[in-house]
Amino acid sequence: MKKTLGNLFIALIYIILYAPLLVMVFFSFNEAKSTTVFTGFSLKWYAELFSSSDTMTALRNTLVLAVTSAVIATVIGTAAAVYMYKLRSRAWKASLDMVTNLPMMNPEIVTGVSMMLLFVFVGRLIGASNSLSFGTLLIAHVTFNLPYVILNVLPKLNQTDPHLAEAALDLGSTPMEAFFKVTLPSIMPGIVSGMIMAFTMSLDDFVISYYTTGSDFQTLPLKIFAMTKKTVKPDMYALSSVIFLTVLVLLLVVNISQIRQEKKDQGK
Amino acid sequence: MKKKSLAQQILGAPYILWSALFVIVPLVIVVYYAFTDAEGAFTLANVAKLREYKEVFMISIEYSFIATVICLLVSYPFAYLMSRKKGATQRIMMMLVMLPMWMNLLIRTYSWMNILEKNGLINNFLGLFGIEPLKMIGTPGAVIFGMIYNYIPYMILPIYTVMSKIDVSVLEAAEDLGSNSFSKLRRIILPMSMPGVISGFTMVFVPSVSTFYISQKLGGKIMLIGDAIEKQIQSLYNYNLGAALSLVLMVMILICMALMKKFAGDSNDGLIM
Repeated sequence: MKKTLGNLFIALIYIILYAPLLVMVFFSFNEAKSTTVFTGFSLKWYAELFSSSDTMTALRNTLVLAVTSAVIATVIGTAAAVYMYKLRSRAWKASLDMVTNLPMMNPEIVTGVSMMLLFVFVGRLIGASNSLSFGTLLIAHVTFNLPYVILNVLPKLNQTDPHLAEAALDLGSTPMEAFFKVTLPSIMPGIVSGMIMAFTMSLDDFVISYYTTGSDFQTLPLKIFAMTKKTVKPDMYALSSVIFLTVLVLLLVVNISQIRQEKKDQGK
Repeated sequence: MKKKSLAQQILGAPYILWSALFVIVPLVIVVYYAFTDAEGAFTLANVAKLREYKEVFMISIEYSFIATVICLLVSYPFAYLMSRKKGATQRIMMMLVMLPMWMNLLIRTYSWMNILEKNGLINNFLGLFGIEPLKMIGTPGAVIFGMIYNYIPYMILPIYTVMSKIDVSVLEAAEDLGSNSFSKLRRIILPMSMPGVISGFTMVFVPSVSTFYISQKLGGKIMLIGDAIEKQIQSLYNYNLGAALSLVLMVMILICMALMKKFAGDSNDGLIM
């Protein structure tokens, strides 16, 4: 009896969690323009979606931004993690930790507004009429991506055996070689998961982008926001369903590779 | 030795520079804007104007606090039940909890609007039985529900993480020593899961109290701090007042965090028993 109640409770939570997603997928196939009254099955919103140059531009923008910001954040963040790992000064380490955590603790809207004000301020100083552009958006995305990379790489560094790198040095390799041949391979899983996380964060970000982008560069979440200001046609639901499917596949790949990795580790 | 430390400096330099320029400086600029007028002269007018927003701040804190507490009350038993399942089931259940988070918040919220609105799915369904449409959009309840819905995974995840680490043998030992379910909960599960509860609390409260999209779509005319900031910055272009509002929001949250941390520190000491 107790168990049935528990399972009912679990089922109820999942129903609520998935209700809006089901509504979205269902109405993306609606024949009519409405997102509340279903009149018949149709794929026309998907067809419209893929033929809309506006949407395709936004999609391309989103991907370009996510890839670029994730790669930059991964390079700077991995270097920073190695630096922080080797730090001896406790006070300095603590303050760097705080700076790393700050963008994650601060509400997104504050991060967005603060960066926008910086860009506007600098823009006024140099006399530019419109300082917000792809560049500022990229800076903002790298900034909020950095903590995710660092927090994924640092634990991996803590797990590695420091004697291995020392052994490499003793055997005559340069510090550079020791890093690239010994340390880097062992922290690779952390770097990859940090990069994937940064990529998805950037893909999904609305609030910070909303404040830091210029009018000439629109990403998908920004487009969705603009669309939801008016009454929405099912094309937005079609778009969201496509994004959701993509993320689902990405997530499955990551999960499966993780399970494989765990099995491999257990086999050792 | 000296060479090594130079190499180390080079590794850290880009990040330190980046954080200084794009994390620290922007916060200083927020303070600067909050205390100046449009021409850049010092003024306290923005701070004085904040008084008009007392109500907005109170409502935001009230709604997000209620949402956070309900999240906790739902997540706690959910995380507990989940942690008692088999390993593979736990993994799938957790993935299913996180999955909706990967759908953009804007769309999830818009979709709820379709479900709850006057001509929405629930009212259409009720209409089949001749029931008058219920007014749901534009009520505090809808905003609070939106917050709960969008952020509850942030509560379930940390609580589940600590609960799954509780050693079953500790519970069995307590049983052998004559503990009933209630004292097991009070003396073992609750104290051991406290760190998860605290991090869940902040992870739900912070985005809830600073949201603006949820209240815009589900709240009708209800205005939260996030809405006030958005309006000043994006439609009225009053960056100075927008900065003052952001500053208060940030300080408020940092104080909350510090309190939570202190609280968490205390309960961690209790963990050693």
